[in-house]
Amino acid sequence: MDRARTFEGGLRMTTLTPVLTANWDRADSFTLQGYGEYEAAKTALGMDPDAIIKVVKDSGLRGRGGAGFPTGMKWGFIPQGDGKAHYLVVNADESEPGTCKDIPLMMANPHSLVEGVIITAFAIRANQAFIYIRGEVLHVVRRVQAAVAEAYEKGYLGTDILGSGYDLELVVHTGAGAYICGEETALLDSLEGYRGQPRLKPPFPAVAGLYACPTVINNVESIASVPSIVSNGADWFASMGTEKSKGFGIFSLSGHVTRPGQYEAPLGITLRELLDMAGGVRAGHRLKFWTPGGSSTPIFTDEHLDVPLDFESVGAKGSMLGTRALQIFDETTCVVRAVLRWTEFYAHESCGKCTPCREGTYWLKQVLRRLEKGQGTEDDLTTITDIADNILGRSFCALGDGAVSPIHSSVKHFRDEYLKHFEIGACPFDRAASTVWGASA
Amino acid sequence: MTTYSPEVRERLERDAKEIIGRYPKPRSALLPLLHLVQAEDGYVTDTGQEFCAEMLGLTKAEIVGVSTFYTMYKRRPAGEFHVGVCINSLCAIMGGDQIWEELTEHAGIGNGETTSDGKVSLERIECNAACDFAPVMMVNWEFFDNQTPDSAKQLVDDLRAGKEIAPTRGPGRLCSFKEASRVLAGLPDGQAGDGPSAVGPSIEGLKIAKANGWTAPAPSKGASE
Repeated sequence: MDRARTFEGGLRMTTLTPVLTANWDRADSFTLQGYGEYEAAKTALGMDPDAIIKVVKDSGLRGRGGAGFPTGMKWGFIPQGDGKAHYLVVNADESEPGTCKDIPLMMANPHSLVEGVIITAFAIRANQAFIYIRGEVLHVVRRVQAAVAEAYEKGYLGTDILGSGYDLELVVHTGAGAYICGEETALLDSLEGYRGQPRLKPPFPAVAGLYACPTVINNVESIASVPSIVSNGADWFASMGTEKSKGFGIFSLSGHVTRPGQYEAPLGITLRELLDMAGGVRAGHRLKFWTPGGSSTPIFTDEHLDVPLDFESVGAKGSMLGTRALQIFDETTCVVRAVLRWTEFYAHESCGKCTPCREGTYWLKQVLRRLEKGQGTEDDLTTITDIADNILGRSFCALGDGAVSPIHSSVKHFRDEYLKHFEIGACPFDRAASTVWGASA
Repeated sequence: MTTYSPEVRERLERDAKEIIGRYPKPRSALLPLLHLVQAEDGYVTDTGQEFCAEMLGLTKAEIVGVSTFYTMYKRRPAGEFHVGVCINSLCAIMGGDQIWEELTEHAGIGNGETTSDGKVSLERIECNAACDFAPVMMVNWEFFDNQTPDSAKQLVDDLRAGKEIAPTRGPGRLCSFKEASRVLAGLPDGQAGDGPSAVGPSIEGLKIAKANGWTAPAPSKGASE
């Protein structure tokens, strides 16, 4: 891979690769005029569906929703000639704390998603697709509704699309406020009109998904990447990124950083490189801890600035690439407070189906509240790690596992900071200093 | 127990049938229908839930089992403007906690409560996927980015005074909670074209790429076959 070019001082330098974000500075980027005429879909509809699956397999595209499962392989699991209806469901329930890429993508470039849906549904032989968007983003819902309507008007959706004989109906469906519905089987239950609670796997959705029929569920960014792969080829996509984590992805920088925002880059870029582009940690401060891919991925510290942000390298260092949600916290931040808030989130969002997660997150929250106030003891640290051990791997879905990540990683990296809280009987940090306006005070 | 007037009922039935018709199985329309009755009543009422049950051939218990699971369905009347303050870790630390403290004191209401004039309700919300604009607030699920305690208090005062307000990334005019719920039910309001495509942090990376002449590699010839 020549992606990481070497320049003068021998320093590694990865450059940005805008593809999905390339038209976002156009005022009309969310319309067909600002997007283009679905050339990739036109190409795809003239291809053998299996050939499309092969191109996506060959590209090395892996799921952009956090888990990183190979997208083409997932499509290949759909049984063909089984006489059942097949479904494509786009997971647009972006809710993982720190994750903020799919929402601006759908706001600015919804047609890349709709075109990706057409190609994917055709490839897996589905005649019905859904985009399940979280409900709390009204204008994004409007934009996707409008893009779908525009695609219908142009004959890109509906019956006999562009004279190909292929029919596809696409419904934009909104959720109603439940993080758990980002879990694919909970999303299916929700889409069927039930409480969003995860199902036991197997059977996997590829065999028994929506209405017990073969179903592909993919993240927004995964599907939106498909048109570029069909247009430019598998080799083009695979020329970016690393050996096992190919292609580009949107990296979302937030928190104590000079220029937070969306940075589309090859997988394998480092936080040091991204921070350089983003003007560094806010002036006068230094990096304390960060999440590589949302709150469910174990936190990193300034030791990890040079870890390539790809699935393998982040995993090898004990965390997960997740959704590339890089939440940056400087030295004014109390890690116990951050972890408490994430824990309260998991306790709030636990669906209640599995006892270890439902009860465990509840008790973690109670103990952490005590710790954060400086009213805990060293035994409480043992208690929270014990509780975390009893949640991990003991529930249907990954919500409980995610809840455990900040606990274990923060105790590992910042044990002394926990101790300090009950040594002085209070939180040692000034909350005002970590705010946006507190920096200049 | 109240029921819908014949005119309202007829209109709701028409909307409900259109929504149900989009799905392979009627029950899939339940979440949109709950948004629809919330658009009528400002919250999920008994009457609304009975209407959903009737339209879908379900029991009211089945409807309540679902509606109580999802936080966007309100069990008490929401304000005309439902105001959320993100208090998840990142926004809280960036100032969301201070915003919440000052705003609740200023408005005189707490989490899940509505001002006596029915104008504003407040909610502590979880991550709304706009972290690069922290601290974030939402009004009727429209974005109000980069807030401060002062801007938050001013916003609520303006909402209560009936001033015209525009979200930071959204249409030129903020709609009501009921109007928002109708869009979420799957009935567009024609305002998708309003507002910017992307602003500020959303295009930060693109600006840097353009300034440096960075692009994705050029495709090789004859790529797609």
